[in-house]
Amino acid sequence: MAKVTVDGIEVEVPNGASVLQACEAAGKEVPRFCYHERLSVAGNCRMCLVEVEKAPKPVASCAYPVMDGMKVFTDTAVVRQARRNVMEFLLINHPLDCPICDQGGECDLQDQAVAYGHDKSRYGEPKRAVKDKDIGPLVKTVMNRCIQCTRCVRFCAEVAGTPELGGTNRGENMEIGTYVEKALTSELSGNLIDICPVGALTSRPYAFVSRPWELSKTDSIDVLDAVGANIRVDARGPEVLRIIPRINEAVNEEWMADRGRFSFDGLKRRRLDRPWVTRGGKLVAATWPEAFAAIAAKLSALPGERIGAVAGALADAESVLALKDLMAAYGSTNLDCRDDFAAIDASRPDFYRFNTTIAGIDEADALLIIGSDVRREAPVLNARIRKRWSAGKFPVGFIGPRGVDLTYPATHLGDTPAAMAGFVETLKAAQKPMIILGRGALQRADGAAVLAAGWQLAADVGALTPDWHGFNLLHLFGGQVGALELGFVQGKPLADMLAGGVDALWLLNADGFEPSRIAPGTFVIYQGHHGDAMAARADVILPGAAYTEKDATWVNTEGRAQRGRLAIFPPGEAKEDWRILRAYSEGVGKTLPYDDTNAIRARLAQASPVFARVGDVVGGGCTDTTAPAGGTPTDAPFVLPIAVYHQADVISRASDTMAECAAVYGPQPAMAAE
Amino acid sequence: MSAEPESFAFDAESEAKIATILPRYPEGKQASAVIPLLYVVQKQMGRQTGSAWVPRVAMDVVADRLSMPPIRVYEVATFYFMFNTKPIGRYHLQVCGTTPCWLRGSDDVLRACKDAGALKGYGDTSADGLFTLTEMECMGACVNAPMIAVDDDYYEDLDYESTVRLIESLKRGERPKPGSVISRQTSAPEGGPQVLTGAEQE
Amino acid sequence: MALHDRDRIFQNLYGTQPWNLAAARMRGNWDGTAAILARGRDGIIEEMKASGLRGRGGAGFPTGMKWSFMPKQSDGRPSYLVVNADESEPGTCKDRDIIRHDPHTLIEGCLIAGFAMGAVAGYIYIRGEYYNESVVLEAAIAEAYEAGLLGKNACGSGYDFELYVHRGAGAYICGEETALIESLEGKKGMPRLKPPFPAAVGLYGCPTTVNNVETIAVVPEIMRRGGAWFASFGRPKNSGTKIFCIQGHVNKPCNVEAEMSIPMRELIERYAGGVRGGWDNLLCVIPGGSSTPLLPKHICDDVLMDFDALREHRSGLGTAAVIVMDKSTDIIKAIARLAAFYKHESCGQCTPCREGMGWQMRLMNRMVTGNAEIEEIDVLENVTRRIEGHTICALADGGVWPVQGLIRHFRPLMEERIMAYKAQHTRLAAE
Repeated sequence: MAKVTVDGIEVEVPNGASVLQACEAAGKEVPRFCYHERLSVAGNCRMCLVEVEKAPKPVASCAYPVMDGMKVFTDTAVVRQARRNVMEFLLINHPLDCPICDQGGECDLQDQAVAYGHDKSRYGEPKRAVKDKDIGPLVKTVMNRCIQCTRCVRFCAEVAGTPELGGTNRGENMEIGTYVEKALTSELSGNLIDICPVGALTSRPYAFVSRPWELSKTDSIDVLDAVGANIRVDARGPEVLRIIPRINEAVNEEWMADRGRFSFDGLKRRRLDRPWVTRGGKLVAATWPEAFAAIAAKLSALPGERIGAVAGALADAESVLALKDLMAAYGSTNLDCRDDFAAIDASRPDFYRFNTTIAGIDEADALLIIGSDVRREAPVLNARIRKRWSAGKFPVGFIGPRGVDLTYPATHLGDTPAAMAGFVETLKAAQKPMIILGRGALQRADGAAVLAAGWQLAADVGALTPDWHGFNLLHLFGGQVGALELGFVQGKPLADMLAGGVDALWLLNADGFEPSRIAPGTFVIYQGHHGDAMAARADVILPGAAYTEKDATWVNTEGRAQRGRLAIFPPGEAKEDWRILRAYSEGVGKTLPYDDTNAIRARLAQASPVFARVGDVVGGGCTDTTAPAGGTPTDAPFVLPIAVYHQADVISRASDTMAECAAVYGPQPAMAAE
Repeated sequence: MSAEPESFAFDAESEAKIATILPRYPEGKQASAVIPLLYVVQKQMGRQTGSAWVPRVAMDVVADRLSMPPIRVYEVATFYFMFNTKPIGRYHLQVCGTTPCWLRGSDDVLRACKDAGALKGYGDTSADGLFTLTEMECMGACVNAPMIAVDDDYYEDLDYESTVRLIESLKRGERPKPGSVISRQTSAPEGGPQVLTGAEQE
Repeated sequence: MALHDRDRIFQNLYGTQPWNLAAARMRGNWDGTAAILARGRDGIIEEMKASGLRGRGGAGFPTGMKWSFMPKQSDGRPSYLVVNADESEPGTCKDRDIIRHDPHTLIEGCLIAGFAMGAVAGYIYIRGEYYNESVVLEAAIAEAYEAGLLGKNACGSGYDFELYVHRGAGAYICGEETALIESLEGKKGMPRLKPPFPAAVGLYGCPTTVNNVETIAVVPEIMRRGGAWFASFGRPKNSGTKIFCIQGHVNKPCNVEAEMSIPMRELIERYAGGVRGGWDNLLCVIPGGSSTPLLPKHICDDVLMDFDALREHRSGLGTAAVIVMDKSTDIIKAIARLAAFYKHESCGQCTPCREGMGWQMRLMNRMVTGNAEIEEIDVLENVTRRIEGHTICALADGGVWPVQGLIRHFRPLMEERIMAYKAQHTRLAAE
């Protein structure tokens, strides 16, 4: 540790820390543009200059290492003047278009100009004009505003692992761009908007839509993948206008994936905004009592074992619990939350969780990925893997289709389960090896055997120890793990239910399988928010709320419960899903024993400990290495579960923005090759 | 003159050159060869098309050869002034216009280039595709100012007339011997060295 | 007392003799190199310190001390010697002569310097425009390999040393040592943040020392004749011989190796035939390459050509490129052209330099015509102050000093120009 005095305040910071970090430790704000704590240090903007005792000139605090006994001054005449100088230089070629700039109101340059700007410009020469670049449907560029801080260049190269942005030419003619005009291929491109300190990179869908101070801001959770990125939903009136990430070091740091960020226009389209009931073979609009009556009439005539329920990818924990309780009241134990037929063994949590935890990736020293394109299934988690890889000494093996670019080098071992043998020695040589098994790898007839083989491999290579749990299942959506935690896997499995094993099926956000697989004559209740394919098969449609429209609990792939909050109200007559179930139960005299959020959450906490420690994970090692029941996998090649990244769920499939992306980017190469 | 070609591949001469370049750099540091390889590209284009420049497809070939992201090669190719990212004429007339040459009459040299080469000014390529005129920053031959470089060759101690003569001979397909055009002994004073004459013996 | 030819290190500065190994050996190069290496790393470094040699690339850092920063024991990483042959400072053309006419002084120097810093290899980064020079250098290196002077067991010393030539491609900034390293690694030549310094983290992340061509090329002769011999020339702390590039408005521009601390007037008159039109026709001199502020005649009358004397006059020895301007010179235009140079060569990394160099150039261009306000001279001066000392590397400092020098010494002329412009345009408007 080094003792540093900042403006008279003594702080201790680790050796090797920067002066800027010392200033922050002392509570002193240092303005910066190029510096970003998650990117390499560029030191080019020169805004963070401070004075250091005995240094002949002001030093760039972001790049200057601390030394024991150092005295730093952040608020001297020299420092203030240096910052004013830099600000003047930044502004001479920066357009004065703040009134029409989407960064306005949340612009670092604008904010700093208040502190360090001049009231008029001394620059009378012509301003530089820079051509705007087309870098895809998500990120809009206004390159006149660019201050060449290179944050975006570093983000692409370092975090996203898609080095496509650069600075071409030199001096005052340096331009940020791709040189050859092309759409950025990253699934994390929206983060460029956040890290750009000015209005050079802004959100294309959000262009000219709103000002930040007009927005109501609601903290929530992204559920369009299973990472559980912490987000903020910005809405005005009944409309979500944008979604941006919040910081959670253990989960998403400060990043989020493009599908989660840009799908929100899908919340306005193809919505189920009122109940529907089939009459005479056709779905007709109905009232809530009519819909409930139609369901009650059917279910009351059936014995419990002829009723089944399926929870899908975007079902929140409260609703899953309510559905489970309702089914119990009907005497049914036919529950399945694996609507994609993934052969998940729910008998033990660590059979289906991402046990290493996302933050735990930082500690791992070897990785085998089986049947998962982590980059498209969980872009933010993939960035965490990349970060670990960048730190060095991290061999990665990959089993799956050829041609998958994970953004870091991975040894391609094969595309069948047998290829697992090819990485045994590497994993064994590691202290903390980890295995990621994609949920998609279990969506096959021998899925249980693949799961067992993956677990056994983990056991064999020493990935399962009392101190380290290196077995990980990577789920695909935010509703999948919560239902597993609630034991929504009982009785007849989904395939049996679909094949006539039940006479009535209650589908809660269950869109994971082809509707045609439901046996004719099965009475289908579809509870959900989008009129996707499944709704068309329903006998009764109950309009639910999307994740932005309810206070709900979501469990990410690690088994971390997190709360989403209502940002806007559900459209039309749609309602929060657990309340629909509660209302129904009351109507049929099977009243569920909770009537408000606190009560149902208390019940959740009883059902599984994950709901008693919202925000946290258990972590820890593995004390029981007994493998799940399986058998021997076949030599069928793995097939990746997500064909088109931008259209993987009912919300993104309804999004025009995502449709445009899908058209620009097409199916991912590995899928297209098949 | 060619626009961006469809493709680019190193020819045998270039491959032979590359084989001598790559071993200069340690294992895993082959990105160091990016400037040398861009030169190889530019030379080959000059050989093949008469216009020594670096097309974008060739930058991609270099990136692939050196396992670099293409953007990193674009950055290098546009940062360094000696790579022509657009086609140029057969002879690249590079006039030094920096102060040491300017003091000695580089304006006359520029005028001579324009007049004799039928060039409108800096950045121009003559209609016959023979010459491209570029203003260079100091090329490091200042005691022999003013000077121009024709491709890789320096011609020094120029004035208007001698520059015109130089360009006329280029037009005739001749390549005058590089160096001082007034027969100076390289950087020695005009009239011959005053020191190192061998006159001073122990 | 003028320097004797026998004390000139670069015996073939003008290329009157062949550059090849045989001729070089006749000139005394490669004489007893193995014995020099046998004196050991410390022995060599001590001799270099005794010589008082200061870096010849412009900054003037003591060479022996620079070498002593290199790790004595490797931590597993190799060390590198990098020779800065990216000679690009306007006015400077001395290294070119060493490379094309006396390359073996440099090659032998690389071996000795490389040995003294424990380097496994050396890279000579030569500016791209010096194509023909690089051809000579590569051929000379090939000769040295052939003769067993380089490579495994170089000179029979038991020391292995590889030496390579790497061409730049037209970027002044690559003369800055960390930009040069970046460029050598295959990137844009953008200077690195310091610390860490190259001796700790340099080429490929390994300990590296970057030295100028002339600095390295004088090493063998210093080792042969002793540090005291070298130190006997020039004033204390400014010792040695030095190649001066005398140019501009002199009768006979030339390069010449002379003793340090020679009076400027003597240098110009003895070796370059004097100022065109006589000494009294002198306007000013840029004494050490474009970055060093100009000195008006009255200073030139008796100033000595060394680090300390020129610094006392708020200029510098720089690369010892002496740019002479007589009274016919439009000095504002001469400096404006330098402003254009620095704008062209700014790498674009740091805000003050990227934005400021263009601003400075545009203001200077208006000063040339006089199309400005008198107060804008103050704005110009103030802009240069705001650039200076606020950037990663020294390019920006070097880029504003010429303008500061102009304003310091020729402000009345600038004002006159502005008044003349106003007068003319008022008259035109009235007509």
